[in-house]
Amino acid sequence: MQLVVDGKSHEVDVEEDMPLLWVLRDELGIKGVKYGCGIAACGACTVHINGEAVRSCQTYVSDVDGPVTTINGLGTPDLLHAVQEAWVETQVAQCGYCQSGQVMQAASLLNENPNPSDDEIDEAMSGNLCRCGTYPRIRAAVKLAATKVQGA
Amino acid sequence: MGKVGKIARRTFLIGSAAVVGGVAFGVYKVKTPYANPLEQDLSGGAATFNPWVVIDGDTITLIGPHGDKGQGVAHSQAILIAEEMDLELGQFQVSFGKPDKAYWNRGLADEGVPFLSTDDSFAAETMRGFMGGMVKLLGMQITGGSTTIPDSFDKLREAGAMARETLKAAAAEKSGINTTALKTEAGHVVLPDGTKLSYQELAPIAAGLNPVTDVTLREPSQWRLIGKPMERLDILAKSTGTQTYGIDLEIPGAVHAAVKVNPRQGGTLNGYDATEALSMRGVSKVVEITGGVAVIADNTWRAFQAAEAVELDWAEAPYPAEMDGHWEAMAASFTDKQLDKEWRNDGEVEAALADGKAIEVEYRSPYVAHAPLEPLNATVLVEDAGVTVWTGHQIPRQLQVLISAITGHDAEQVTLHNQFMGGSFGHRLEFEHVKQATEIANQMRGTPVKLTYSREEDMAHDFPRHPGIARASGAVKDGRVAALDLQVAMPSVIGSQMGRAQLPVPGPDSQIAAGAWNNPYTLPNYRMRAYRAPELAPVSSWRSVGAAPNGFFFDTALDELIHAAGADPMEERIRLMGHDVSRKVLETVAEMSSWGGQLGPNKGRGVAFVESFGVPTAEVVEVTNTEDGIRIDKVWVTADVGTVVDPVNFENLVQGGVVFALGHAINCEITYADGMAEQSNYDSHEGMRLYQCPEIFVKGLENGDKVRGIGEPPVPPAAPALGNAIFAATGQRIREMPFNKHIAFV
Repeated sequence: MQLVVDGKSHEVDVEEDMPLLWVLRDELGIKGVKYGCGIAACGACTVHINGEAVRSCQTYVSDVDGPVTTINGLGTPDLLHAVQEAWVETQVAQCGYCQSGQVMQAASLLNENPNPSDDEIDEAMSGNLCRCGTYPRIRAAVKLAATKVQGA
Repeated sequence: MGKVGKIARRTFLIGSAAVVGGVAFGVYKVKTPYANPLEQDLSGGAATFNPWVVIDGDTITLIGPHGDKGQGVAHSQAILIAEEMDLELGQFQVSFGKPDKAYWNRGLADEGVPFLSTDDSFAAETMRGFMGGMVKLLGMQITGGSTTIPDSFDKLREAGAMARETLKAAAAEKSGINTTALKTEAGHVVLPDGTKLSYQELAPIAAGLNPVTDVTLREPSQWRLIGKPMERLDILAKSTGTQTYGIDLEIPGAVHAAVKVNPRQGGTLNGYDATEALSMRGVSKVVEITGGVAVIADNTWRAFQAAEAVELDWAEAPYPAEMDGHWEAMAASFTDKQLDKEWRNDGEVEAALADGKAIEVEYRSPYVAHAPLEPLNATVLVEDAGVTVWTGHQIPRQLQVLISAITGHDAEQVTLHNQFMGGSFGHRLEFEHVKQATEIANQMRGTPVKLTYSREEDMAHDFPRHPGIARASGAVKDGRVAALDLQVAMPSVIGSQMGRAQLPVPGPDSQIAAGAWNNPYTLPNYRMRAYRAPELAPVSSWRSVGAAPNGFFFDTALDELIHAAGADPMEERIRLMGHDVSRKVLETVAEMSSWGGQLGPNKGRGVAFVESFGVPTAEVVEVTNTEDGIRIDKVWVTADVGTVVDPVNFENLVQGGVVFALGHAINCEITYADGMAEQSNYDSHEGMRLYQCPEIFVKGLENGDKVRGIGEPPVPPAAPALGNAIFAATGQRIREMPFNKHIAFV
């Protein structure tokens, strides 16, 4: 199977029903994508396929129909994506384990809707669980990211 | 505390040591520092000044031995050292170090003593000093009990100051200029003419000197880092997916393991059939471990799939199979025989209640899972020469002991590489997953084994928060609260947890009473009795431990009495408060929230106050009773920690603690059926989602005379404040968590 991840092409020989999450983590070594629940209940595994947020733990690798972007491809510590910049400036993270998924979900939201209302932020981000409870900062960071995206 | 007190404390130490059974913990032994573990691995020219600072070549490494599970202590430990050492962020790296008795936790002493945290009497301070000596002699290195900051605040600043002064002595030797004429700034010693000598170039000289230990700490007015907003050292990595956790490690040659262990916790394995699992792609073997089996495969998912395919026959649970049996056992524990301790008996409770009871009620608090988002995991390599463990853990030295017992090595032959943790909330105080990985690796010596729990395995073996039942009766008189009699029955969480850790703790379990007995109110008549229920399902410390259920019990009962008296919930709490720092906490939260002002229709507010881990904390919750259920709109929090070390992280931790507590109070419980937890994932044990999150306003106060940690104290007042707010908005009093068993939330 052919996969394009973060702009690079990969040939993988795996079962068709292996979730994309585990292909990314264990076959391609992309560790920014996190395993939290395996049932699309926490959002830690969120990546983009064709620019749209999906739960990679519930996506069979054989169903991937476009290029995949992970947190590691969205931006890097040296070249931050606007959402990552906002996450740093707002100092969102505590344990940080869910934040890859939060950032990817927020980036997808802002792709579709660069100026979301409070309700739209709540709706888009509520599938992403944060056990540390950083929600107040996530809300603030999404809003800050929106101003950055619009200003860009 | 002045010098006189210190001397007196040491004197008592000798005296009481004889009293407690002839073990001679002399002053000398308690005062002597442990050897510096960093000296063992030192290369030529490298310098170490104490167990927390090493300079090797170009690299300055600061050791923060407390584990980081998200509370930010990798950062806060480092800045305490950097503050005194005159290092800027970015000039050093941070390490958790290796387990060593030199990293004993002096902050633990405060929690274990049967004195109010507000009690600074001679007897209380003496006992804290004695406990501190015990903890040190045992070399207990533990991250927990919100003790990282209390343990570290003086110690790590002293470590930084000693390094600084030793580097100045090295500069004096090199330049011939007296140290009194030298300054330090941004990683350099500065000579009077402005010449800058870097710490790195001075290190080889410093390595030949005796470290300077007589140092003076800076005045708070001179602090550059402490108390100032700063960027957390791990924030960039955690915003870019580049922070490595234990689950991300790929040790060369490692195989992947998944386990299926009897979900009836502690139950044994009768038998199994792994035929199908062994035929699956990537599976190399199936091995037996305590209570279950492990599947070895070439990928995590394949190991998970194959583990599911193993047919297993489990034995019964060593506790009641059904939840009713757990509640019945607790309800039957209010007996003289099971009285663990009468923790408080102020006034004449019986007499005060004889005139008539205003309330006579029962409360319940359920089992709740920790469920950190990073499932538990450990990579273990067993070799004849020693054992290497990669995992995130909160009790590293005891981990060495328990692992070495499995492999037959000495504890010192177990090397732990402690990892950043994707949450814990207490779960990473447990050892079972590391022991399981070791049992597997011991059967495959020479091959690193990476064990990853599936979420379902993690939830089945969560060792949840202990449940409890409280019975409260109280009386009111002349519009005031007159009496409260509170009885709590719980299994002993410390007994269960420390039993597994093989660290027996004799005597009453303070966590059956914490959060209820140790409040600084001056009720005219208050009695608090703790009853020890029998061991039920195995349980473990859950963020704030006993104070979460007991804070709910005590404060809800107090609120019921205040309403029965017809008093204002805030004013009556302030009137009853007998501790100045705590009173200020209540007054501040009243001011922040404009308590007493007009609320909109269908709104209600509740206040709660709980002191835990020495931190008086008050919270006001505002809710709206909508057509579809309760909406939590706003929360105001005030807590006094003596000194706020990192204001950004402080606010984040307080907000997170409130979210954590409210989420579980609303919708989380673990229940048992057929001996197994019925909740297996976040769909059935959800916690709070972002759309439910209120606005949370935080204010840290600094009136207390001791520096305290803030990881746990925001948790206990949240549930009672919410319940009190729901009562104010609806007239419905909820006496059992989770609240969604009784009322809907939106």
